[in-house]
This record gives sequence, C-alpha cells and structure tokens, in this order.
Amino acid sequence: MPEFELARNAFGRLVLKNDAGVHEGVVPVRAFPVTAPGEGVALVSAQGRELAWIASLEGLPGAARILLEEALRDREFMPEILRLVSVSGNAAPCEWKVKTDRGETAFTLKSEDDIRRISPSALILTDSHGVNFLIKNPADLDRHSKKLLGRFL
Amino acid sequence: MTSPLPEFWQAEAQAQLALGEVVLAWLETDLDAQLRFSRGLLLLTDRRLLARESGGAWRTWTWHPNLKLERRDYAGVGHLELTDEASLLAAWRYTLGLDESARRLAQCFLERNAASSGGREPEPCAVENCPGCGLPLPAGQALCSACAIEANRPPSTWTLLRLWRFARPYRNQLTAGFLLTLASTAATLVPPYLTMPLMDDVLIPFQNGTPIEPGRVELYLGGLLAAALAAWALGWGKTYILARVSERIGADLRITTYQHLQSLSLEYFGGKRTGDLVARIGTETDRINVFLSLHLLDFATDLLMIGMTAAILLSINPWLALVTLLPLPFIIWMIHVVRDRLRHGFEQADRVWSEITSVLTDTIPGIRVVKAFAQEKREVQRFSDANARNLAVNDRVNTVWSLFAPSVTLLTEIGLLVVWIFGIWQVSQKAITVGVLAAFLAYISRFYGRLDSMSRIVSVTQKAAAGAKRILDILDQASSVPEAANPVHPGRIEGAIAVRNAGFRYGNRTVLSGIDLAIAPGEMIGLVGQSGSGKSTLVNLICRFYDVAQGAILVDGTDIRSFPIGEYRRNIGLVLQEPFLFFGTIAENIAYGRPEASREDIVAAARAAHAHEFILRLPHGYDSLAGERGQALSGGERQRISIARALLIDPRILILDEATSSVDTETELEIQAALENLVRGRTTIAIAHRLSTLRRADRLVVMERGKIVEVGRHDDLLEKQGAYYRLYQAQTKQLEGEEDHA
Repeated sequence: MPEFELARNAFGRLVLKNDAGVHEGVVPVRAFPVTAPGEGVALVSAQGRELAWIASLEGLPGAARILLEEALRDREFMPEILRLVSVSGNAAPCEWKVKTDRGETAFTLKSEDDIRRISPSALILTDSHGVNFLIKNPADLDRHSKKLLGRFL
Repeated sequence: MTSPLPEFWQAEAQAQLALGEVVLAWLETDLDAQLRFSRGLLLLTDRRLLARESGGAWRTWTWHPNLKLERRDYAGVGHLELTDEASLLAAWRYTLGLDESARRLAQCFLERNAASSGGREPEPCAVENCPGCGLPLPAGQALCSACAIEANRPPSTWTLLRLWRFARPYRNQLTAGFLLTLASTAATLVPPYLTMPLMDDVLIPFQNGTPIEPGRVELYLGGLLAAALAAWALGWGKTYILARVSERIGADLRITTYQHLQSLSLEYFGGKRTGDLVARIGTETDRINVFLSLHLLDFATDLLMIGMTAAILLSINPWLALVTLLPLPFIIWMIHVVRDRLRHGFEQADRVWSEITSVLTDTIPGIRVVKAFAQEKREVQRFSDANARNLAVNDRVNTVWSLFAPSVTLLTEIGLLVVWIFGIWQVSQKAITVGVLAAFLAYISRFYGRLDSMSRIVSVTQKAAAGAKRILDILDQASSVPEAANPVHPGRIEGAIAVRNAGFRYGNRTVLSGIDLAIAPGEMIGLVGQSGSGKSTLVNLICRFYDVAQGAILVDGTDIRSFPIGEYRRNIGLVLQEPFLFFGTIAENIAYGRPEASREDIVAAARAAHAHEFILRLPHGYDSLAGERGQALSGGERQRISIARALLIDPRILILDEATSSVDTETELEIQAALENLVRGRTTIAIAHRLSTLRRADRLVVMERGKIVEVGRHDDLLEKQGAYYRLYQAQTKQLEGEEDHA
C-alpha cells in the first residue's frame, strides 16, 4: 500500500499528503516512458524532488490510479505515428503529414539526425519545434509509410 | 495592430463578438484537453476572453482583476491556464510551435489587466508577424526559426546542379575542356568512317579482281594513323585540364564546407556525431571530386560521341541508322527506372557507413571506460551490428545493381544482332554496300560499348548526388547565432553585462527562464547551484554560443546579437573544466587566441598563470608538444596553460566554468593563485561546484532549475538561510565527514 494520499485541488494541481507533510503541485513522471510505461512512476514535487516511487501503476488503489493516469495523460505528449500520409521531399528539411494516435497533423523535420533510434525497433522523430513523435515499430507500418520512411533510414 | 484571424474562424468569431467589441489578441490552439490534434481558438477582446474548441461551444469570461492567465510547458506541450483567486477556470493546450503566440497572448492579458485596473482603455497588443508563416516573431528577427529553415529547403532532385556555384570560377577552363572533348571525340570517330572506302574501294574490288592502288591505301591508312594521334593528343589535353579543374572544385568545396562548419553554433555540433561530420567533409568531397574529374567527364564524352555517331549514321543511311538507334530509348528508360531505387539505396549505404565511423569515434576516445567496465565484447558487437547493417543495405543495392549491367550488355548484343539482320537484308537488296554495313558495325560496337559504361554513370551520379546532398546539408544549415545585418562594432568593451528576462530551451526542455541579472564592469560573480540548474547554459548564452530564446543579453548597453560574433568573443576569456589543448607546441597553445603574440608576452602570460616553471621543466620548454600525441600533462598543468591562454588575450569578460573542479585541492590552490591574476580588473563570471573557491566573488548568484533564486554576498546569503544556505550546509557537512574519515 502506498504511504501517501493523493488529491486534486481546485486549481487542478495534484496534492500529495505523506508523513513529511503536504505537497502541492506534485507531478507524476514515468521513468521509462517508451520501453516500460507501466512501470516505475515517480511523484515529483514542484521543486523537482522525488516524493514517492510507484513500482507499478497496477498495484495502486483505484482512485489514486485514475488521478495519476489523468495527470499523466495531461503531461505526456508523444504522438505515435500510425501512418505516414506524405513527405514533401527525399531529403530533410521536409514537411511530414502523418496520422497519429492523437489525430492528423503535419510537422517539419529539420534533419535526418532528428530521427533517433531509441531501442532496436522504436524510433523517435523530433520536429522543428522539439515535439517528439514515436514510431513503435517501423516494420508494423503499412507499405506506403514504410516506403516513405525508408528514404530517411 | 493585431494580425487578422485565420479564415477558418473568421465568420464564427465575428458572430460571437458584440457590436464595437475589439479583438486585442488571439491564439489558435492545436490540441484539445486529451492532447489530440484539433483546432481551437482563444480570443482576447477589450471586454472578455472567449474560447472555443473544435466541435465544442464558445465559453467566455468577462474581465475581472483576479483573473490570471499563466503559461507553462512540458515535453513539447504548452499549457495556458486561466485561474481566479479560488480555482482553475479553464486550460488550453498547444504544441510548442505556438509558444511565441501564447506568450504574447499571456503578455497581452497581463497588460489588459493592468490597464483596466488603472482605469485606462486597453489597446490592441502589438504583434510583428513572420513574413514566412504569419506567426508572431521573436523580437528582432526577420524570419521565425521555422521559416528560416523552410527558406533554405534544398530541392530534392538536381542536387548536384547546386554545386555549380563552385564550378563558376573555372568556367573558362571548363569551356576549353569542353571544346577539347568535342574535338577529341570527333577524332575518335574518323577511323570507323574510313572503313567504308577501305572496304568498298579497296578490299571488295580486290576480291573481284581489281589490283590494290598503293597510293589510295596509304592515304586511308595515313588517315587512320593521323586520327589516332589527334585523338591521343586531344584526349590528353582534355583530361589534364578537366582533372585540374575538378580537383580545384573539390578543394573549394571542402574548404567552404569546413569554413561554414566553423561558423555554426554549438547547438549544431551538440546534435551531430563527430564521425559523421568527419566523413562528410573528408569522404564526400573526395567522392564528388572523383565524380567530376572521372565519371562526369566520361559521361560527357559518351554523350557527345552518341550524338555525333547518330549524326554520321543518319548521314550515311537514315534507315539503317534508325534501326541501329532503336534500342537507345529502351536503355534510357531502364536507366531511369533503376535510378530511384539506387539513389535511396546509396543514401542508405552512406548513412550506415557513417554509423560505422561513429562507433569508432565513440569508442576510441572512450576506450578507458570500455576497458574499465570490460565491455570490449559489447563494443565489438555494436561494431559488428553496424557492419551487418552495412552489409544488408549494400546487398539490397547490389541486387538491383548486379542485374543492371548484364542487362545493358544483353541489349547491346541484341542491338548488334538487329543491325546484322537488317544490314544483310539491305546488302542483299543492293540498298547499301558491304562497306557501309562494316562502318555501321564498327560504329555501333563502340556506341553500345559506351552505353555499357554510361550505365555506370547512374550509380556514380547517385552516389555523388547523395554526397552532395550531405555536404549541402551542412552548407544549408543557417547558424542559429546569425551575424547581425547592421553590426555594431564593440571594440574594446567595458564589461557591463545586463541579462534581461532571458530564457532558453534545449529541444522541448526549458533550461532557463526569466533570468534577470546586471553585472557591473570589473565585478566578480559566482554562479552556484546544483548541476543542471542552468549555470553553464547562462554562461553559454553570455558567450553567445547560443542565442536566447526570449529576452536579451546586453553588454555595455548593446544587445550582443548586434555585435559581430568574432569581435565580441575577442573580449571574452574562457577557462573550462576540461581544458582542451590542440596538437602543437605549448607556446602555440598559449597563443591560440592571439597567434601574433611575442615570445615575451607568452612567457609573461605563463608566469602570471603560474605555468612558467613547470613548462621550463619540460624537455623542450615552450617548444614541447602538447595535445593529442603530445607531452603528457597533468590536469592542473593543462588548466594553467589554458589560464595563460585566456590571460594572453587580455579579455574584458572572463568566464571560469568549473575551472578548478577536476583537480585535487593542492593543485586547486596553485590554480587559484593563477586565477587571482586573471580575475583582477575584469568582469568575471565563475561557476564553481566548491563554494569555497568563490570566496573572492563580489556577489553570488544562486540558481535553481533554470531560475535565479538568490543574489547576494556570502555572509548575507548565509544569514538568509535560503537556497545558498542549504548548499553551503550540505558541503560543509560533506567536508566534515571527509575529515572524520581521514
């Protein structure tokens, strides 16, 4: 059982109560957002100190878990690319139109170096504004997307 | 004036506005509450704040002094939160590209609030828009950073043509080379032409009983010899001239790329791997060079030859010529089809190749770590993985490629067969002579032979284009610390630094925000804070290694962005934690920032840096070699050389970035003594982990998570019992602990 209580205040901030006191503006952070999103979530104070460590979200009581998942959803933004619609050129910089799990969007890829391999299969694309897009496994994309992506790999 | 609303919203927004209601500012958000991409609008008018999410209803809040609009960002998402004294009223989200607009909206909101509390009529907030994309501009820039890149977008094909600007200076030689190529090609086409009269006027009449005329034969054979000699001489001339020119173009390309690379900001280097850059400037320029001097030249010759041959064949016999030329379009089509596949393949092969060099440049400098952790096997595995990828990519390319050349050969043979068939039929019809057929066969065996070699141009052109693109990538990279359009020459500065509301971000992580700091000339500032609190970033901004994302840094009252970078940096001395010595003598290393310095100056600087004596102990004194492959120097010794280096340029602003962190206490004392000399009379910003090294500082600036939290003298800050007090306590405790153990 966790040794803390979680609540949300009127300003929408998470409040954590533990033996050491009450902390306002607590933020949940996943330790391995890509490779193991369900494991290892830290609750960090507004000053950046770790207040609590949750080994697995599964083990949390319902209310706290819902609160945390809500807060995580609000913070995490790494759209997963499901399909490449079009890419404006064979070489960066170019404009990418993509379908993601968060809807369709377009972004500018500044250079091929902004495509990074973070695990044997997953790729992270960073657009010109620093927004990260995830491709979980390029091999799972459809033919058209694979062909477009292939120009850059 | 406010920029006009996006068309998408205009009608709808107009319907919402009351008569006479004035829009002060607006923001089109691109994310909804679930962080899905969707359009929303925030409107700030003189009466209220209106908002709408796509598909949702309009929500409004009338002005109230307690309303607050705050923005923050995390992981690429910006948040705007509207609160009153009691609770959160609403929140909006957007991707960071819109951050500048959001910042302006929040700013406008603040001004509006201040105005209405002061009883004034609010004015529309001034916005300057980027001419490229219409988004608001960061102050003082002509194009927003996104558009600056768009403007430099390279065309996806014809990349090689962009190298023309390197060829321009040599256009006279190139013209001469071209004329020689034309002449030498023409000369090589004479011999097959002479087979015609040799056959028809000499050999066939002889077979039919007419004796050979020696004079005539001598004339033809002489012609053959003369043509061969002419082709030899002209060929030599053209190759010599064009190889010379292409060598020079390659050299220019290399130097221009390197020059440009040096002008790029640290931000660029931060995101690149050394091996990759080395490969681009070394291998790629060489590849382009070989392409220009060898392959392109051959190709041009071949093209000329095909053109001329076609003309000659047509003049001899149009029908036979048409049949001979028939396979040509087919081959051209085939080349075209293969082109696309091969280009991607070769680009891929290139990238994998730099992956291999990157593994090398990673591990060789880090070899101590590799060995210490006994990870040799893993590194070999990493290398072998990269190697295997290289193999796989090349295999794929070769599959297409290996089929290509034999196919061309096959087409050649078939082409010859067609000419034989048609030719024999024509001879039997007495439409042409045997000599004409012989000449045709002689021509086309050359002709098709060249097609075969021409097919190679596809691959080399693709390779060269891929190389050119990778070089142009560097050349197209605009420095993120651009030179000012109308520079102000700083000369020798006084050293007053004012940081105003400065902010900076690496990618989507905000590293500094809202930094305000004024430093008087000659003042010594100590920057303290935990690692990652933004100290080094602040110093990098002051050095203009990066440009601030918001706010400004002024030196002697002028924005440092308006100084020419080189002239400004000449006023800055930098001593880093890990001093870097270049390969060269110690004297050269000391004089790095002022190569024209006299020996006396160098010795004086070394003396002041307490480096003189140990330098004299080295076997060759100031002429000892330092740097990689040079004399082994200790950390303290290297540090004192770098202090001497900074002293020699006599900078007005001095930056000590953890200058004493990597040495032991005793060495530190020596370095401290050297630093005392350096600091005297200069504006100094010192970053130090050990607070004790900052006791001479006039003021200490305490940073925490990208913000300044405390400023003051050591004693005052201790009294305050704030952030500095905590840092200090932690360190004294640690020191006591160490003493207890001792």
